[in-house]
Amino acid sequence: MAQEQKQPKKSSEADEVDETAPEGTVAERKEQLDEDIDAILDEIDEVLESNAEDFVKSFIQKGGE
Amino acid sequence: MSVRRVMGTEVEYGISVTGQPSANPMVASSQVVNAYASATLKARRARWDFEEESPLRDARGFDMSRAVADASQLTDEDMGLANVILTNGARLYVDHAHPEFSTPECTNPLDIVKWDKAGEQIMLDASIRAAQLPGGPAIVLYKNNTDNKGVSYGAHENYLMRRSTPFSDIVGHLTPFLVSRQVVTGAGRVGIGQDGRGQGFQISQRSDFFEVEVGLETTLKRPIINTRDEPHADPEKYRRLHVIIGDANLAEVSTYLKVGTASLVLAMIEDRYITRDLGLETPVASLRAISHDPTCKLTVALKDGRRLTAVQLQLEYLDLAKKYVEDRLGADADAQTVDVLRRWESVLTRLEDDPMLCAGELDWAAKLKLLQQYRDRDGLDWDDHKLHAIDLQYADIRPEKGLYHRLVSMGRIETLIDKGQVDDAMHEPPTDTRAYFRGRCLEKYSASVAAASWDSVIFDIPGRDSLQRVPTIDPLRGSKAHVGELFDRCDTAEQLFRALTG
Repeated sequence: MAQEQKQPKKSSEADEVDETAPEGTVAERKEQLDEDIDAILDEIDEVLESNAEDFVKSFIQKGGE
Repeated sequence: MSVRRVMGTEVEYGISVTGQPSANPMVASSQVVNAYASATLKARRARWDFEEESPLRDARGFDMSRAVADASQLTDEDMGLANVILTNGARLYVDHAHPEFSTPECTNPLDIVKWDKAGEQIMLDASIRAAQLPGGPAIVLYKNNTDNKGVSYGAHENYLMRRSTPFSDIVGHLTPFLVSRQVVTGAGRVGIGQDGRGQGFQISQRSDFFEVEVGLETTLKRPIINTRDEPHADPEKYRRLHVIIGDANLAEVSTYLKVGTASLVLAMIEDRYITRDLGLETPVASLRAISHDPTCKLTVALKDGRRLTAVQLQLEYLDLAKKYVEDRLGADADAQTVDVLRRWESVLTRLEDDPMLCAGELDWAAKLKLLQQYRDRDGLDWDDHKLHAIDLQYADIRPEKGLYHRLVSMGRIETLIDKGQVDDAMHEPPTDTRAYFRGRCLEKYSASVAAASWDSVIFDIPGRDSLQRVPTIDPLRGSKAHVGELFDRCDTAEQLFRALTG
């Protein structure tokens, strides 16, 4: 899927980048991090159910076990 | 003395029919199971053999009367609901209002992860097949445990144990472990309380639904320690510990540590290795309090007067387990045992520091991190429908829609098993337990298998008047090493049956 290849990221990259950021470039790194998170959220926004309220309300289960 | 043990998981999936919130869940569940069975099983479909089921037998030494049992406890009655045995040795069936997948018997945590994931894949495949039938419904399945409206459904674990271990030892030493392990095994949940109306995020999907410390029930008055005594093995030698207090995990590390650490703790209990009393003052209240504190800083009271966090309690068990493995196995410890200990320690150390450091491994941390990012970006309160929707959709098993799957495809959650191995496990049984015998019988002689269960395969052999029951009472017999050559040699069920009984 084209969507999946758009933003390939290693699992802990964000944390590592933050921890190893050298002095003086923190703001720059922070900005990158925010962009990274925004990209993830944008990608997830694309697949989220559009009407959250209806979706949540109509998820009704019967007991089991 | 290691993480190796005969064990299995059972997961009930949440089910919804798109656009039809009032659709009958039993019908929809049956459609899922039947669609998969019809498409994948050749010739005849073997029945489930209920003969050895005893859901009302209590480990404390008595049987509950059928008259006082809740109808939901009578799992030994054939209700006519869809119920099939697969060539991988697993059971796929309808449990009340949910489709359920029970893994075949496995011997180690990685195999549990593999067949538990195969179960997800089978459920996905089944729902797609059900939708393709003429007039078939669009069914979506969720690997979660609650609808946030008061209903919960389970994800159970089963562990074979020595019968000689006093049940009171299991209760005493396992309860604090189960109460605290949610910081590792929780699936994460938006909402507090059984109906989820309270605002906030909690660690476990299940903790608010537990009401007593010990008991036989699974659907009402849910107990931390379940006493069902139905070993599916020689009852003189074994008991099957039925653990109902787990979340349905999607993250592979969560599942791996869930069964790996439990297996180690049970080994220590069997070997009477635990001499410290880690008993809690109020286990049920502590269970909920720990779940409601995603910072992992809350302390709970032990009977000995100490107050520990859930992570510190887990560290006590880890410390014991490390000494135990060193004592008993030393340098001979197998790779998975060493790996479980290493990962357990790594996760606990980071949980103590900042739980968000585990967002690449554990379900609840992954979910919370995602939710926090949305809260930060959009300024959302915990009662916002969008956050509840994200919680639900994390557990959607469709790879294109499920948020767990999206995070994996973005490389943000670690996996342990290759996709190809999971695909194989959809059809192939583990080679080192009786599941191998069951699965191969279904695969090779399906036309002649009338019924099967965990502890039997029943053949209908041409020319014989009665059905022939082959007991499989020992979970470790019937392995590939034991009977693989028989399957290679026997072309028909009759030849196999003769070779086994001859």
